Amino acid sequence: MSFEIAFGTLEIGLIYALVSLGVLISFRILDFPDLTADGSFPLGGAVCGVCLYLGVNPWLATLFGMLAGACAGVITAWLYVRLNIMQLLSSIIVMIALYSINLRILGLGPFLQHETPRMSGSPNLPLLDAETIFTPFINADYSNQYYLQPLIILAFVVICWSLLNSFLNTQQGLALRATGANARMAKAQGIATGKMVILGMAISNGLIALGGSLFVQTQGNADISIGVGTIVIGLAAVILGENLLSSKRIGLMTLAVILGSIVYRFFIALALGNETLQRIGIGTEDLNLITAILVTLALVLPKQLKKWKARRGANA
Amino acid sequence: MIKVENIQLTFNAGTPIENHVLRNLSLTIKEGEFVTVIGSNGAGKSSLLNIISGDLLADSGYVIINNRDVTRYPTWKRANLVARVFQDPMAGTCEKLTIEENLALAYKRGQPRTLLPALNRQNKVLFKDKLARLNLGLENRLNDLMGLLSGGQRQAVSLLMSSLQPSKILLLDEHTAALDPKTAQFVLSLTNQIVQENKLTTLMVTHSMKQALEYGTRTIMLHQGQVVLDISGEQRSKLGVSDLLNMFEKTRGETITDDALLLS
Repeated sequence: MSFEIAFGTLEIGLIYALVSLGVLISFRILDFPDLTADGSFPLGGAVCGVCLYLGVNPWLATLFGMLAGACAGVITAWLYVRLNIMQLLSSIIVMIALYSINLRILGLGPFLQHETPRMSGSPNLPLLDAETIFTPFINADYSNQYYLQPLIILAFVVICWSLLNSFLNTQQGLALRATGANARMAKAQGIATGKMVILGMAISNGLIALGGSLFVQTQGNADISIGVGTIVIGLAAVILGENLLSSKRIGLMTLAVILGSIVYRFFIALALGNETLQRIGIGTEDLNLITAILVTLALVLPKQLKKWKARRGANA
Repeated sequence: MIKVENIQLTFNAGTPIENHVLRNLSLTIKEGEFVTVIGSNGAGKSSLLNIISGDLLADSGYVIINNRDVTRYPTWKRANLVARVFQDPMAGTCEKLTIEENLALAYKRGQPRTLLPALNRQNKVLFKDKLARLNLGLENRLNDLMGLLSGGQRQAVSLLMSSLQPSKILLLDEHTAALDPKTAQFVLSLTNQIVQENKLTTLMVTHSMKQALEYGTRTIMLHQGQVVLDISGEQRSKLGVSDLLNMFEKTRGETITDDALLLS
């Protein structure tokens, strides 16, 4: 694996570390199976992308992308908390709605620049000339791009990680964790659990959309399809992280997820770079299939191993 | 003071499995009273507690705590007035959180929660102190997950949690039912101690006639969603378990076959 590829892998691992932190909050801390991620990741990308296209300050654009994701999370949580729609279903409803909304947002850029006569959706938006948060730091010949981009994203991850850790250890953060762990007890302790779910889902999807905002800035275009499988990739990182480093301390739990995301990306890179696999024709188009298989194995294997061990013990 | 007035509560109203749980139930409990509640299964004991705590909202009637009408308040909004220990040791605590985190949660019961750290040096010292008084050795296990504790230990911590914030009312819903006799005894005496120290108005549901007379200052019996017996003072202190059993049988109009009631 070359230096450039390793840094590229690290970069994408770090971007998805933000996604995984979001998934950790929804799936693990709040116990809310949330598929909104598949919509909020491209939503962050689309909002950020359009802002960049229109020449908005890239830091502001990134912030807007993140806020848009937070709003999507609030809507999902609201459908569940106030309208009593099942958790999974609320998130699917929002996800499917976001697909149309994202198409509209992506089409908004050319329309507002008077490049198209009518307001129509678009599946992608080129951002090659747009100024991103990375632009000021990168040399004219792009010679330092391959390590500077991951470094800046690392800074994002570190900041989000420490902010999230401090938050989860505050009185509010503890209330959030109690809401997911034992809602009845949380209510008896005076915690407005509905509000906590809304807050947690806002943070979760805000982080995921931040990942999407950074992703489009590294790719040079915003595309509707980047959202496919976001939730599974995030979940893969969460599960992998839990197996790498299991801890009851919140700081290590979140760190494990970040490591999981990076390790997962290196697995994928190695698998795709493997000559034997290449010879039998496995390529980047199989990425989601590989992810699905890896996640299934990660979910099933630990339980099966335990069963086998128990059976052996019974026979002995 | 708790005042429950003309409470009506029906589950599954208008369906074949309609169940009229509380029938025009009224009850006034004075400040500092320790009321034990008995009654057969389905008499409405737990429902009464749930109406007071807010887990269930009455179809009609009023719930007034300390002269405040809380009838329509959700559970979390009453938490500054009401502390609670559940029957299931798993229900009252968070097993995924550590002991000190559980205590920190209860330390802010019904209070506004801020963005300050939940744990700091002062409250950790306080928690350690309080845990030491349980004599369970838990003061050295502040960082252990709650899920590692036994049922009895968890109920003891639950009781401790209910006393960390001043409250007006303590609701105990058969909180020793899931424990072995020795542990149950320990948790009961701890209950007595906490109630007396904090001068709490207490409602304790129990299945044991003996406990019902031994603890508290007043005993009520529920039957089919109504108060059928209400004794306190001298009348109560003269009463034995067998007398209570007789009354119990009389209200039910049948002999008792439930061994647990006779033997406990």
